[in-house]
Amino acid sequence: MGRWGDKNARFVPLPISPSPYHRLINKTQTMSTTTTLPALPQPRFALTVWTLTMRELVRFFRQRTRVVGALGQPIIFWVLFGAGLHGSFTPPRWAVADMSYQAYFFPGIAVLIVLFTAIFSTISIIEDRREGFLQGVLVSPASRASLVIGKLTGGTVLAMIQAMLFVSIGPLLSMLHLAPPLEFELSLPRMLAVAGYLAGLSFALTALGYCIAWPLDSTQGFHAVMSVFLLPMWMLSGAIFPGENSGWLSVIMKLNPLTYGVAGLRRIMQPEAIVADGAGLPGLASCLTFTTLFGVVCVTLAIVLTQRKSSSDTR
Amino acid sequence: MSPTATTITGLSHRYGDRVALDGLSFSVASGEIFGLLGPNGGGKTTLFRLLATILPLQQGTVDVLGFDLKSQAHEIRRRIGVTFQSPALDSRLTVRENLKHHGHLYGISGGELHRRIDALTKEFGLADRLSDRVISLSGGLQRRVEIAKGLLHEPQLLLLDEPSTGLDPGARHDLWRALLNLRAERRVTVLVTTHILEEAERCDRLALLDRGRFVAEGTPDELKSSLGGDCVILRCRNADELAPRLKESLGVTPQKVDEMLRLEIADDPNFLRKLLDQFSDEIVSFTWGKPTLEDVFIQRTGHRFWDSGEGAGRQIGR
Repeated sequence: MGRWGDKNARFVPLPISPSPYHRLINKTQTMSTTTTLPALPQPRFALTVWTLTMRELVRFFRQRTRVVGALGQPIIFWVLFGAGLHGSFTPPRWAVADMSYQAYFFPGIAVLIVLFTAIFSTISIIEDRREGFLQGVLVSPASRASLVIGKLTGGTVLAMIQAMLFVSIGPLLSMLHLAPPLEFELSLPRMLAVAGYLAGLSFALTALGYCIAWPLDSTQGFHAVMSVFLLPMWMLSGAIFPGENSGWLSVIMKLNPLTYGVAGLRRIMQPEAIVADGAGLPGLASCLTFTTLFGVVCVTLAIVLTQRKSSSDTR
Repeated sequence: MSPTATTITGLSHRYGDRVALDGLSFSVASGEIFGLLGPNGGGKTTLFRLLATILPLQQGTVDVLGFDLKSQAHEIRRRIGVTFQSPALDSRLTVRENLKHHGHLYGISGGELHRRIDALTKEFGLADRLSDRVISLSGGLQRRVEIAKGLLHEPQLLLLDEPSTGLDPGARHDLWRALLNLRAERRVTVLVTTHILEEAERCDRLALLDRGRFVAEGTPDELKSSLGGDCVILRCRNADELAPRLKESLGVTPQKVDEMLRLEIADDPNFLRKLLDQFSDEIVSFTWGKPTLEDVFIQRTGHRFWDSGEGAGRQIGR
């Protein structure tokens, strides 16, 4: 039936004249049929998550500078910090004695990539709000929880792609003598384990970014939070320095949830570099527990924040 | 289908201490184009957002398509199309991608979604722009995509907030043709907010909103004829001094608006001659015409349409 596919498509620009609207209406009214409403489709959770994830990916790859920024900066960090600091680096007690700084820093940079990507993908909530796209989602019947999960899944997939690229590029840079050899094996089971772990960590960090971005109305605000909160959180996670026996610093590091995220990745990525278990590096079980707990808290908070209907939704 | 698309009773809304809506009651019949006309800041957008289910309902009851706004917002969302004043398209995505995401949010997918997108874009003259990024389209075309998007899930009620914003007269003309077609062919009820008087003239029924209250309601013709006769606006040297003299000698009650005097006169071909005979020294210029919606607004509120809005720069010529 031609209810939508109308062969006399009437949306043609007309020259402006004292136009006979009423004639137009009368003409079309005689043609109109009383239509019975079709069965109304129900929004589906998985479909919403899928569509919002795809949107996130498409948007990301259309902004080439984002691709370069999110992957390029951490690689530069790794090469430069690695070259500059390896002379003054003393391996922590739990590590093999000949551990290079680059090897130490390697999982830390993977976490930094995940953190950066998570941050940038959640900044888009602020843009979506400003550009009006978010309002369109909020008035749709799709559930708010599916909106949150869709956004987080998009950020997670992006973070994963980039972190895994880095994890594969690192050994390549070592081969080019831009970095010393890594105690790191590129085997399939290990890569799968790393990918799985990074996926969980990405999801948790994207949720953290989401909770920060949701109430903000400017991207500048987000940059401020990033420099005073997110970057220090990364720095004090054991990603750049072990920080053993440093008094108050060690205490903060013990309380930092990201410490467990980084330590867990270390244990999965470089088990052969870890010799002394229990010597300052959290065990795998506690890493998995704390990271999961951190993720659950952040995701729950993100959903709760989003489900609150308030005047600020309409900013 | 319920006979009324929307029924609102005793609706109030406040932001902190500021009252945005003050006890509104009205209903919109199925299949009509209902206009909410008022200056910016009059409460239109608040009302719009309440109906679009994104503002929490504070006071009053709202029934949309037979569902209660407070307890059945989900059912309402499935059945209404919403087009915001600010564009709600993702400008980095193509027209097709935007429509596709929208369909998915409403649970439409696969072949059915494809069919709807093709048919709608054909109807809206967008078929050849499907794979263009939204950012590359003109304002008028973007607005069309926006409305096509709002119709993709075949809503029974379409809410449009200031749909002509940023459109040139040609595109505005197109837009209204499309709205009239919708109403005629699909029996979609349209609720549109506007601050443009000539746009309001095209609605089936209008409510004039000022400072959170309805000041008048009816068809555009009813509203204008409620004033009776003609309207004369005098720009004069001293309005305060002239007003009592006019009342005394011509028996009219002038309304002072912005240092100008507004008179409503019954059909009296001799009025103008009498006015000019006696007061030509006082009058700098005058306009005389049939009442417009702006006249209705002034008569009901005592102030000009643009007073509380964005200044005189956007006045519609009379």
